[in-house]
Amino acid sequence: MTISLSDWFRESANWVFLIIALPTLFASWKTVTSQNIVRAVLYLVVALGGIAALFLMLGAEFVGWTVVLVYIGAVIILFLIGIMITRAPLGRAGVLSHDTNVTRPAALLSVVLFALIAWGAVDAFSNDGIVPFEPTATSDLGNLIFTRFVIPFEVVSIVLLAALIGGISLARRDDAVGDQAPKKSGVRG
Amino acid sequence: MTIVQFVLLASALFSIGLYGVITRKNAVLVLASVELMLAAVNINLVAFDVYLQDVLHAGQIFSLFIIALAAAEVGIGIAIVLMIYRNRQSADPDDLRLMRG
Repeated sequence: MTISLSDWFRESANWVFLIIALPTLFASWKTVTSQNIVRAVLYLVVALGGIAALFLMLGAEFVGWTVVLVYIGAVIILFLIGIMITRAPLGRAGVLSHDTNVTRPAALLSVVLFALIAWGAVDAFSNDGIVPFEPTATSDLGNLIFTRFVIPFEVVSIVLLAALIGGISLARRDDAVGDQAPKKSGVRG
Repeated sequence: MTIVQFVLLASALFSIGLYGVITRKNAVLVLASVELMLAAVNINLVAFDVYLQDVLHAGQIFSLFIIALAAAEVGIGIAIVLMIYRNRQSADPDDLRLMRG
């Protein structure tokens, strides 16, 4: 079914979409350009929150709340811990982006990529509407994960285990482990 | 609602994330830009899942997998950045020019 632009603006769901999408775009732009490192990560919270709201709007409730829990709850904390540990310049002290002879080609590349995808999408789907859809039941998703998609699920589990072990073995201080060097200090961080 | 509006938003977020990956000088912020790109891909997966009315909900389930893998990737990434910072006192990816000829 085709939708004209005036019909598009007449549908209230599209106004909700715009109210969510425009702050999401602004926040993601500030995430990649802000010269304050903590503020950049906190703008990422706004962007991911907008994306979670879009998932709720599409009826993908479980995915939306998973984004809130995993991204906003856990990944952002990891970013802030990484900033703290690497003693990145807080505030406006350090230079966080390249100068214009890198940003100009990068901006050009991004705009060309966006134009290509946008042209392809508009060409392929023109005005195909999404039929209003009832929310996906979480029990359906659970049943599917443990029947049809059980092998990818197990592979993801093994990847998470490997990431856990790898993260611990990378991040611990093992300067006295593995050789005969006697331990000089008792507690290691 | 049309499918195009979601694809356009997702491609805009992906392009912004690409811009961040190229221009950022801090490895933690490069990882944050990668998260933005992965989230844009998730929008596409969920939007097409709803658009196609897939009974298997493959789009939503694979977006859950991507979320799990992104969390693992950030954990490992931050650990590697931490190692690099300990050895070289810098979190700038451009300082890692040991293998440049």
